[in-house]
Amino acid sequence: MTKEYMLGNVAIARGVMESGVAVVSGYPGTPSSEIIDNLRAKKDLGFYVEWSVNEKVAVEVAIGAAFTGVRAFATMKHVGLNVASDPLMTVSYSGTKGGLVLLVADDPSLHSSQNEQDTRRYAQFAQVPCFDPATIQDAKDVISFAFDFSERFETAVIVRSTTRISHGKSSVETGELKPSVNAANFKKDPSSMVMMPNFARGRHSIVLGRQQEMMETLEKSQWNVLEKCEGSRIGVISSGIASVYAKEALHALGIQASFLKITAYPMPENLITEMLKSCDKVLIIEELEPFVEEHVRIVAQRIQSPTLIIGKNTVPRIGELNFDICRRAMVETFKDNCAASAVEQAAPPAALPPEITDIVLPPRPPALCVGCSHRSAFQVIKDVFGKNAIFPSDIGCYTLGIHVGAVDTTICMGASVSMASGIAHSGEKNPVCCTIGDSTFLHTGINSLMNAVYNNAKMTVAILDNRVTAMTGHQPNPSSGHTAVGIESIPVSMADVCTASGAKFVREVDAYDYEALKVAFRDAKNFDGVSVVIVNQACALVAKKTGVKKNPFAVTAAKCKGCRKCINFGCPATEFDKKTAVSFINSQCIGCGVCAQICPFDAIFEVK
Amino acid sequence: MSEKMNENIFGSVPNSGKIDVKCDIIICGVGGQGAILASDILGRASVAEDRAVQAAETHGMAQRGGSVENHVRIGSAYGSLIPPRSADIMIALEPIEAVRYARLMKDGAVVIVNTAPIYPFTVTTGKAEYPGIPQMIEALSKIFDVKAFDATEAAAKTGNSQATNVVMIGAASHFIPLKKQTFIDCIKASVPPEFLDINLAAFEAGYNSIQK
Repeated sequence: MTKEYMLGNVAIARGVMESGVAVVSGYPGTPSSEIIDNLRAKKDLGFYVEWSVNEKVAVEVAIGAAFTGVRAFATMKHVGLNVASDPLMTVSYSGTKGGLVLLVADDPSLHSSQNEQDTRRYAQFAQVPCFDPATIQDAKDVISFAFDFSERFETAVIVRSTTRISHGKSSVETGELKPSVNAANFKKDPSSMVMMPNFARGRHSIVLGRQQEMMETLEKSQWNVLEKCEGSRIGVISSGIASVYAKEALHALGIQASFLKITAYPMPENLITEMLKSCDKVLIIEELEPFVEEHVRIVAQRIQSPTLIIGKNTVPRIGELNFDICRRAMVETFKDNCAASAVEQAAPPAALPPEITDIVLPPRPPALCVGCSHRSAFQVIKDVFGKNAIFPSDIGCYTLGIHVGAVDTTICMGASVSMASGIAHSGEKNPVCCTIGDSTFLHTGINSLMNAVYNNAKMTVAILDNRVTAMTGHQPNPSSGHTAVGIESIPVSMADVCTASGAKFVREVDAYDYEALKVAFRDAKNFDGVSVVIVNQACALVAKKTGVKKNPFAVTAAKCKGCRKCINFGCPATEFDKKTAVSFINSQCIGCGVCAQICPFDAIFEVK
Repeated sequence: MSEKMNENIFGSVPNSGKIDVKCDIIICGVGGQGAILASDILGRASVAEDRAVQAAETHGMAQRGGSVENHVRIGSAYGSLIPPRSADIMIALEPIEAVRYARLMKDGAVVIVNTAPIYPFTVTTGKAEYPGIPQMIEALSKIFDVKAFDATEAAAKTGNSQATNVVMIGAASHFIPLKKQTFIDCIKASVPPEFLDINLAAFEAGYNSIQK
């Protein structure tokens, strides 16, 4: 038995290696990305790993592999499952031959996401089982259980993580690594693999038919556990990581209550019934949606239970939970069942003294890096298109362009281009220029571009191409020239893709050539139709890591007039000395040289 | 270090490990300063001494030079998030971040502050003012046991200002209920061999910068 201090996502990756998988696929997205990043960095893997172009593709790759009988695993963030929902909703009908596990990482509190949807709803919608591990140890252990379960019931299985599991760390007991357990051997079986109506009809009843046995199996497993507190008439039902906070609060308050931990679905109806029968009052603590709560209410109605059920409103539906929130909910619900000292303990903590709270702190939002190629593109787009122009944007580092007024919309992957065409067709008089990164364009932007060209939109598309999926940790994509495991591959040509979509204006330009950028965007703006400008430059962080070294720049103080043009450009390497009223360049400079091209007084020079 | 859990508890505990000594630590700073490595050293040292440990980290978007906040709970078999006004120790890699996360610290907490500022772009572009550092230290000293020093300079003297995080761990090690040797062993296990000497020197420099 070895204990290791592990990131949740590393523990999940370890769980995959202990499960005898053959194929792993996924699309990066916080907080899921490190699972595949960890796997692909291993030597002598013994199984296949890929970054797919999007989540739908990743899930379909996994389904294909699982249909041959091997075990397949796909990872994505919660909103990625929206993209993959099409295969999910029907693979639930077809079932699977080899184990098929989808890891979906939710982000309660939206630490790095555009919404906080709850994946348990999807699992219920698709009628597939879902595991919602409470601890990092469970997150590792559940993976091999999920594979066995998937094969036993011939169903896809969702394992749902959350940010505090994926990006938490804890000591984890590891198990034995396992080579692929099944050999690939595709056997034709149209009635379960070809979901045309006459076959799918039959499969629907199989899907519904297996729910009861899955529920009963999970009720007897370690994932759904009822701890009955003899002599107590109160209870807590809690799910996933919230059950850990709930346990901590119960123990801190010294409340004697039965405890039902739910970390596997379909919902354990018999345990819920037992809980309701033994309690006068039940508090349900779960993050996000009242998913367990709704089901408990259904069971209560069915058995005519008089038990008082308390859930959302007392427990917030928005944001992640923590010990403090759970403690307050418990004191509010069970004040007659805990000591006065416990009630006191849950009172709001003393405020900080005014000396501290009066300090006005400058905000420190994340920002584009020093030398980031997106910065010059945004600057030029704003200058050329003007402040009344409309700038739909997308998901990636460049969403940070919001700080420079160059991002007007962000909805989901690929939406910038299609929304731009919608705005262009609406009768809106102002010009439209959207921004989208290389990975996002390849994910779901291509369809949108084709659509815009096909329907004769008048708009400009700026593809900010740094040849890597940067925001999530520099994962390679089809434009990078190598695969997830570092094998060379043919990089997709952005220009060729755009030209093949029918775009008649496609211009490639270097992000660090400021003059060329201006010319390209001016021409693009004047073009009647869909114009595409591909702004090329390696991600500054990747360039630094791969040893690209350029001379830094400096300011000739005597030439600087203090106009602040370089400062307003917003690179963290330029600063303004208020005493001398001149700019200077700090040690962070990586030598992109854009500020020197912006300076109207030729005051910035390369230090050779 | 924190108050003891109620003795009168029912049911299982979610995580394994020793929970006899508890210490809740906040590590805060700016994305890129190495807050994750600092939290890794604490976590590995805890596991090496077989103590239960839970941590929560900032990844993703917040790392692009944004404010980062890591929680490390030594001796906790429950969740990773430290409730407001209850952390025992703060390791602040940057002064305004110490003030930003002061709301998590209990009265009398040990607050170790690196006094070297990193100006956010809101300051360098003139949109916001950076508060006076002595004023911040004085304010924090009202209710906390503040240990302030220039850890970036101390790291630079050992050969690499990137080792500021390890200097801060060295300083904090006086107050964390783990053995000094365990920290040193974990640094050996956590940093690439070519940076080992610098990091060990950084740990000692931090250790020697502070009197308990």
